[in-house]
Amino acid sequence: MELYQSVMVALLCVNLALLAVTRLRTLTRITAVQGALLALVPLLSATPGAAGHMLPLSLAVLAIKGIGFPWLLARTLSRLEVNPVVEPYLGFNLSLLAGVSGLLFSLWLETRLPFPPGLFPPLLFPAALTTIFTGLTLVVARQKALTQVIGYLAAENGIFLLGTPLSGQGSVWLELSVLLDVFVAVFVMGIAIHHISKTFDSIDVGRFCTLRD
Amino acid sequence: MLAALPLIPLTAALATLAIPADGPRRLVLIAAAGLHALGTAATFAWPPEPAWGGLLALDALGQLFLSLASLLFLAAAIYAAGYLRHEGSGPKRDFQDGAAFINAPERIFTMCLCLFLCAMTVVCATRNLSVLWVGVEATTLTSAPLIYFHRHRRSLEATWKYLVICSVGIALALLGNILFSVAFFDPSSPLASMDLAAMLPRAPGAAKPWLRAAFIFVLVGYGSKMGLAPMHNWLPDAHSQSPSLVSALLSGALLNCAFLGILRADQVLAGAGMADFGGELLVLFGLVSLATAAVFVVGQGDYKRLLAYSSVEHMGILALGVGIGGGAAFGAMLHAVNHSLTKGALFLLSGNILAVYHTRSCHDARGVARALPVTAALWLAGFLAICGSPPFGIFVSELTILKAMLAGGHAVAATLFLVLLAVIFVGMSVPVLRMVQGPLPPAVKRPGPESPLAVLPPLVLLAAVLVFGLYLPGPLTAFLTKAAQTLAVGG
Repeated sequence: MELYQSVMVALLCVNLALLAVTRLRTLTRITAVQGALLALVPLLSATPGAAGHMLPLSLAVLAIKGIGFPWLLARTLSRLEVNPVVEPYLGFNLSLLAGVSGLLFSLWLETRLPFPPGLFPPLLFPAALTTIFTGLTLVVARQKALTQVIGYLAAENGIFLLGTPLSGQGSVWLELSVLLDVFVAVFVMGIAIHHISKTFDSIDVGRFCTLRD
Repeated sequence: MLAALPLIPLTAALATLAIPADGPRRLVLIAAAGLHALGTAATFAWPPEPAWGGLLALDALGQLFLSLASLLFLAAAIYAAGYLRHEGSGPKRDFQDGAAFINAPERIFTMCLCLFLCAMTVVCATRNLSVLWVGVEATTLTSAPLIYFHRHRRSLEATWKYLVICSVGIALALLGNILFSVAFFDPSSPLASMDLAAMLPRAPGAAKPWLRAAFIFVLVGYGSKMGLAPMHNWLPDAHSQSPSLVSALLSGALLNCAFLGILRADQVLAGAGMADFGGELLVLFGLVSLATAAVFVVGQGDYKRLLAYSSVEHMGILALGVGIGGGAAFGAMLHAVNHSLTKGALFLLSGNILAVYHTRSCHDARGVARALPVTAALWLAGFLAICGSPPFGIFVSELTILKAMLAGGHAVAATLFLVLLAVIFVGMSVPVLRMVQGPLPPAVKRPGPESPLAVLPPLVLLAAVLVFGLYLPGPLTAFLTKAAQTLAVGG
């Protein structure tokens, strides 16, 4: 259980790091760390009998979220020759403040909600909710298309984390198909980023201003 | 049979990828659409058994939306044959800013069309909330390349918005699904799957606060894909920038699929005896969508955006109808049929106009009656139909919803409904009538006779809407009633 708690605390720290870093390259590395930490969760939360069922899920998470996504993102980054700095709409200090506020709110919410007994291990709910908040903040508060994808990934990671205590033995393959879907989504977004870079000479979505009423 | 239904477009997708020549590839597309439509029609004659280990199961609600998607896809596939021949593959010049662009390879386009149908089939033919989620996410991924067929900067902008808004939206729906699992959590007898067949019997004992939270997330999540205001921002951009046959599919079939996601969650709520909570939220979002559409329709200068905002309006009416419940739910089912057919036809016709005038401006596309007489006649009829004028089917469905609202004592909502419909009617009639009438602009050459591939599909769709306005066949009424009852009793 101690290891489990440490993973949760590490995930919380990773969230704050995602909001604070200023370099795109570092951001993709932190995404890899988040994916790897996430891969540990199904294994650690499994009951002794169910560990066998959780192993393929853990391995798939490690392969897709810990290795696949960061590799795709890093490859996109190295091919595009974009300005390596994360350009924020909302400054880094304010983003961090938003992240900490999200964490405090999640901790408060945990004390208010009627949780079914024995469902969520300690710290899992605030960690998951803060990850979702962090992801959504990155989607709306950063200018580059790549950071929006990383935000989407972080939000998905949070949702996945929230779902881990509920993954029954029979539904593991469904979770795998969800993982695959998200993987394809990032792949399609990666292709779109290439086109954006080619067409606009930038991956700054602030330049998207042609379509409006 | 149900097991084979998603496999037809999947096989066609692989075939289109392998076929090198354009002509046979278009034939494969039409053949797959025809076969799929036949298979769907066969489900009415021989109700299919659940397939894929129970993951695919067809009830009246799924069958309704599956039939609409299949029929519209057939119309779009026939239209596509003419459209793709006309488009060719060489470099083009953007009529708006003059920049050079090329179209996506036709092979990729037809493959994504087939995969899109496959994904929509899975969404309609399942009663499992997790599989439905996977299907809806797959529709986003397979339709994004379709929106980006014309590879210029505006369609790229629309595609990116579509990808980000819908992906984040659907992620929220996934959160909703997880919260449903929390609501049903019971350590002594774990819920085996997210199948409605397993969930509904246990729904009365589920934790109410979690059910409420789950429904809100599902509503916002799938609602963003369905185009409910205020989460509709991607919709006018994507509908206006994609090829017209894709807009027809997005508006007539895809929005319904997202709506089905909300309806499935509503079924769980109804099963738990919380239909009122879901109903109130749906009415609220429905009215907000109608109001938003009214604001943007008035003074809209782009006829494809006009049709897109009309879709926001009609999705609002669907949500409103289901939210009110009872007779209005039947009205909403009928409305879904009429809206899909009419909007599909209108978007296909807008493609004919765009091909001749090279502009999406209502002001510049004048004298359509002189340039394209058949298209103009159908465009006018389609406009009358979509605004709810008699004798078209939408008049009947809107009247049914209104009657149920008044009978249920929702006077304020009914008044708002009527006022907003009137505003939208006026807002749409000005540009549409101006387009049909008047002299031909000097820059536009009078084209030759209109191709049957371009006018027959919308003609057939609109004829059906006219028939449904004049006479509602008994079996159709019985079928729609069954679909509406599925909602009321939770399945």
